[in-house]
Amino acid sequence: MQLPDVKEKWPHRINAVTIGATRAEGGTRARTVTVGGQTTMPFMTFEGEIPNKPVIAGYVADVAPDWLDALKNAIGKEINSPVEWAQKCVTNFGADMISLKLLGADPSGANISPTDCAKTVAALLKAVDVPLIIWGCGDEEKDNLVLQECSQAARGENCLIGSAKEKNYRTIVAICKADKHKIISEAPVDINIGKQVNILLQDSGFDLNDVVMFQTTAALGYGLDYVYTILERARQTGLKGDKLMAMPQLCDVGGETWRVKEALADEDVLPGWGSLDKRGPLWEAACAAAYLQAGADILVMAHPEAIATVRSTIGRLFQ
Amino acid sequence: MILIGERINAGFKDVKEAILSKNGDVIKEWAVKQTAAKADYLDVAIGTASNKPEDLCWMIEMVQSACDTPISIDINKPVLLKEAIKICKKPPLVNSTTAIEEKMNEILPIVAEHNASVIGLVMDEEGSPKTVDKRIENGGKLLAKAMDLGISPDRLFLDPILMPVKFMQDQAKVVMQAVSQFTLFSDPPCHIVCGLSNSRNGAVHKKIITRVLVAMLIAHGLDAVILDVCDEELVDTILTAEMLMNRTIYADSYLEAFKK
Repeated sequence: MQLPDVKEKWPHRINAVTIGATRAEGGTRARTVTVGGQTTMPFMTFEGEIPNKPVIAGYVADVAPDWLDALKNAIGKEINSPVEWAQKCVTNFGADMISLKLLGADPSGANISPTDCAKTVAALLKAVDVPLIIWGCGDEEKDNLVLQECSQAARGENCLIGSAKEKNYRTIVAICKADKHKIISEAPVDINIGKQVNILLQDSGFDLNDVVMFQTTAALGYGLDYVYTILERARQTGLKGDKLMAMPQLCDVGGETWRVKEALADEDVLPGWGSLDKRGPLWEAACAAAYLQAGADILVMAHPEAIATVRSTIGRLFQ
Repeated sequence: MILIGERINAGFKDVKEAILSKNGDVIKEWAVKQTAAKADYLDVAIGTASNKPEDLCWMIEMVQSACDTPISIDINKPVLLKEAIKICKKPPLVNSTTAIEEKMNEILPIVAEHNASVIGLVMDEEGSPKTVDKRIENGGKLLAKAMDLGISPDRLFLDPILMPVKFMQDQAKVVMQAVSQFTLFSDPPCHIVCGLSNSRNGAVHKKIITRVLVAMLIAHGLDAVILDVCDEELVDTILTAEMLMNRTIYADSYLEAFKK
């Protein structure tokens, strides 16, 4: 008797989602980015197909975030202008796409108006020719207004817009349907809510083939294992045929890493932990590399050295 | 869970009449209805209505003209099976062979040739087994024979054979133990299927017996079922049992989402 083939065979495929639109497709991007489409777990190329490699989206904000000087210096003075920051992400850091956070819209912060946010989006689309992810500031009421104007400013560009949550998805669905953008469905480290948000999107008539899942993100040392297992389980479930979980997944590694003490505190506070200049980007890169293994398709990243490291990791894992 | 819709069966009066009068609408209607109810396979059984291959083929053609759900060819006669399997547009499920050597030699090569799947009833020359051990022995025979012919375990559906609870009350527990054992047979595992309607024959409280039984079987490893897929509560019971076994992911609208 022949030995049975013990390779995992997954019966289904993760949705392939294309972000960005070229001139021929009604946008102005020089290239589009496609994520997903795989028929196996990450890097298991001997068990199935992985037509699209994971991509890195460069973290850009409309106002300079309240970040550590070492990180700001690594990015350069361009951090003060979203347009220049985005250009540097693409030309110098090698980002595949840009993830724009409209932090300045926050009513308890700079409280920038929706119209001015939309101007930033328009300027960014002119300045760089890669696909764009657009996020609000996190204040749901304000984001509904901000994202609506930004979506219109980016009409036809097939952006990825974040994010639709269980309690706040209707406006985003309406905006994205009207202006033909893709949606990020967000859940707070909760696979059940993640599935429920996708059901709600489906019920409101949004095509699940146009959705990327986001289980928020935990920095290394702050619950990475929870998020890791959720990404992994969601991916396995999608591959087994649960269409409500068969979406590509996004991790905001940059946004989370630069808030934890391991990436912020130097040796005077953490003796024996090594120089912060090295440790910070390493912390971000290690976190991103772990999420690649779990099933992340889009990594939002900030530090240029971390981006370079993870790019080379992706390259080597696909050799 | 793999749901096999049982309704296109000449055992039902409307289907029998449809076959005899060649009224395709009845068959098409059931094909559409069961497909809408999310059947993964549609069982097509000609039973005693006819023994002509062309009649069985006609039934399959009617189903395939109404939907693209794969067919479960409910026949154990190789002559009819050979004709019917040829016209299936998608790899069908053959329902069924027993563990009798002669039967396996008739049915399984046809299954292998057409890249189909097959239900293996754990019966042998002595009929339906009464014990766990006998069920396992016959299940093992079916699996070994299938693999010899190049039918991978995931194309074999072992049926441990449910008995009417009213007349053989001890058997439900025995079947459940057998189901647990089947899950350990191979990796990847074979599927395990039961026809639910047989178990409640003669009983008064048919509905509740079926629902509880299927939930208990799922807890032991059942992953396919021949059923009235239009029975919404029964399907809800199955979805809930699977969710409770952590095989699917809970969401508040998990029942509604299945029906979309």
